[in-house]
Amino acid sequence: MPSSRTRPDQQHYVAPIEETPLVAIDSVKAEGKPTNLWTDAWRDLRKRPMFWISAALIVFVVIVALFPGWFTQTPPNNDCQLANSNGGPTEGHPLGFTKQGCDIYSRIIHGTSTSLSVGLIVTFLVAVLGIAFGAFAGFYGGWIDSVLSRIGDIFFSIPYILAAVVIMSVLSAYRNVWVISLAIGLFAWPATARVLRAEILRVKNSDFVMAATALGVSRFRILLRHVLPNSIAPVIVITTISLASAIVAEATLSFLGVGLPSTTMSWGNDISQAQTDLRTAPQTLILPSIALSVTVLSFIMLGEVVRDALDPKARARR
Amino acid sequence: MTGYILRRLLQAIPVLLGTTFLIYFMVFAMPGDPIVALFGDKTPPPQVIERLRAEYNLDKPFIVQYLIFLGNIFQGNLGTSFSGQPVSDILAQTFPVTLRLALLAVFFEMVAGIAIGLVSGLRKGSIFDASALVVSLILISLPIFVVAFVAQYVFGIQLGWFRTTVSAGAPIQDLILPAIVLATVSFAQIVRLTRASVIDTDGQDFVRTAASKGLSRTRIVPVHILRNSLIPVVTYLAVDFGVLMVGATVTEGIFNVPGVGRTLYQAIIRGEGPTVVSFVTVMVLIYLVVNLLVDLLYAVLDPRIRYAK
Repeated sequence: MPSSRTRPDQQHYVAPIEETPLVAIDSVKAEGKPTNLWTDAWRDLRKRPMFWISAALIVFVVIVALFPGWFTQTPPNNDCQLANSNGGPTEGHPLGFTKQGCDIYSRIIHGTSTSLSVGLIVTFLVAVLGIAFGAFAGFYGGWIDSVLSRIGDIFFSIPYILAAVVIMSVLSAYRNVWVISLAIGLFAWPATARVLRAEILRVKNSDFVMAATALGVSRFRILLRHVLPNSIAPVIVITTISLASAIVAEATLSFLGVGLPSTTMSWGNDISQAQTDLRTAPQTLILPSIALSVTVLSFIMLGEVVRDALDPKARARR
Repeated sequence: MTGYILRRLLQAIPVLLGTTFLIYFMVFAMPGDPIVALFGDKTPPPQVIERLRAEYNLDKPFIVQYLIFLGNIFQGNLGTSFSGQPVSDILAQTFPVTLRLALLAVFFEMVAGIAIGLVSGLRKGSIFDASALVVSLILISLPIFVVAFVAQYVFGIQLGWFRTTVSAGAPIQDLILPAIVLATVSFAQIVRLTRASVIDTDGQDFVRTAASKGLSRTRIVPVHILRNSLIPVVTYLAVDFGVLMVGATVTEGIFNVPGVGRTLYQAIIRGEGPTVVSFVTVMVLIYLVVNLLVDLLYAVLDPRIRYAK
C-alpha cells in the first residue's frame, strides 16, 4: 500500500536525500527514447541563453560576410578622400573615416569575409591534421605513436605566431587568404591532436571496442566507426575555440606587417594602419577592434556552452 | 623518477633536432639576399660580397650550412649576428628583460586570478560569479594588441600613470603596464580554472568531514579547499611562464620592451638567419625544460601521480 508521500512512479516511500533527488535514481522510463551524449547535449544547449546569443551573433557575422552589399552601399576602397582623413561621423558615414579618408563602417563590413574565411580555412586544416595525427597516434600506439607525437612536439614547441611570421616572410610574394591560413594552420594543429589522442587512449579500452574486436571487425574500421565518433566531442570544442584564435592570429600577423597586403580589406590591416594615430584618432583603432572582438567572443562563447553541455561534470559547477 | 627524467630528456633530442631543422629550412628559404640588404641602398663591390658570403658560410649548400650550425651549437657557439655582435651576447641582454616581464606578469595573474576565482567558486551563481564569468570571457576574446593599445591610451596617455614605452634598461616600474597587459589573457583562464577546481573540491567528502568536525569556514577555505584546488592552477601558471619566457612578440613590440620576442621578430624581418635559428633553438630548449619541470611539479603537488620506472 503506497503511502500518500510516495511519488507516482515509486513503490514505497524513501526519505529524501538532499544531494541526489530520488527521482533521479529511481525512475527510468523504459519506454522512452534512448538518449546519447548528443541528444543530451542538445537538450541542455537549447535551454541556455548564452548558446542562442552566440549562435545569433555567428549567423549575423556569416550573413555580413556573405552579403556585405546588404549592409552598406559605400565602396570601401574607391571612395576615399584624403580631405576626410581621420574625420568624425557625417551624413551617410556613421562611423567616420580612416587615415586615408575611407569610410570605416564600410571597411569593417567588407573586412568580415576575410577574417571569417581565414578562420574557416585554418579550422579545416587544423581539424584534418589534428584528427589524422591524434587518431593514429592514440589508436595504434607503439612506435607509430612515438613518431607522430614527436612530430607534433616539433610543431608545438615553436610559438605559432613566430612560425607564421617566418612562413609569411618566406612566401612574401604570395600573400593571400590561403597562404596566411596555411601559415597559421601548419603550426596550430598539435593542440587538437593531443586532445584527441588523450581521449582515444581513454575510449579504446571500452567494452564496446572489445566487443567489436571479438566480432572480427577490422582495426581500421573499429577506429573509424566506433572509437572516433566516441572521442570527437572534445575536438569539436577545441575546434570552435581554434576558429576564434585563427581570426585573432590573422589580425595579429596583419598587425605585425606580415599579413595580408594592405589592399585586402581586413580588420587586422585597419587596426595596424590606425596604430600611429592612437593619440589623435583612437576611434579608427577602436572600431575595427570591436568588430574583431565581438566575432571572436561569439565563437568562444559557443565553444564554452558546447563544452559545458558535453561535460556532465561541468553541469554541477553551474 | 630518474628513469622518467632520462626518458623525457632522450625524447627531447629528436624534437630539438627537428625544430632546428624546420626553422633553419624556413629561414633558408626566405627571399632576398641578407648580405646585400646589409648595405642598404648602396651597392658593395662583388669581392666584399664574396668574402662576407664565405665568412657566414652562405656560399655552401643548405645541408652543409645546417650541419655547420649544429656543430657550432654543440660547442656552445651560437654564432654572430650580421651586425657583428655574438648571438650569445644578444641573448644575455634580452633574456633578463623578458624574465623580469614574465615574472611580473605571472605574479599579477596569480594574485588576481586566484583571489577572484576562489570567491567566484565559493559563491557559485552569485552576481559576483556571473560578472567575473562575463569579464573573463571578454578578456579572452580581446586580441592582445587591442588590450595593449587601450591600456597604453588610457593609462599612458589619458591618465599619465605609466610611460607609454619602456625606457633604456627596462626598469621594473616601466614594465608594470606591459606585464598587466600580458597578464590579462591568462588572468581570465586562471579565474575559470580556479573557480572550477574550487567547486569540485568544495563538494569533496573531506570538506564535509572538516565541516562536521566543527571547523570554521575561515579554516576550511584556505587549508582544505584552496590548497587542494591549486594543483591545476599552479601547473597552468608554470606552463604560462614557459610561454611568456619564449617572448611576447606583440606586447614587447608595442611597449618597445627590449626583450626576446621583439629582438627575434626584428631578426626575422631583417632575414638574419643565424640569429633567428639560435634564438629559436634556445627558446625551444627552455620550453622543453619548463614542460618537463611542470610534469615533475605535478607529481610533487599531487601524491596520487607517480612516474613509474
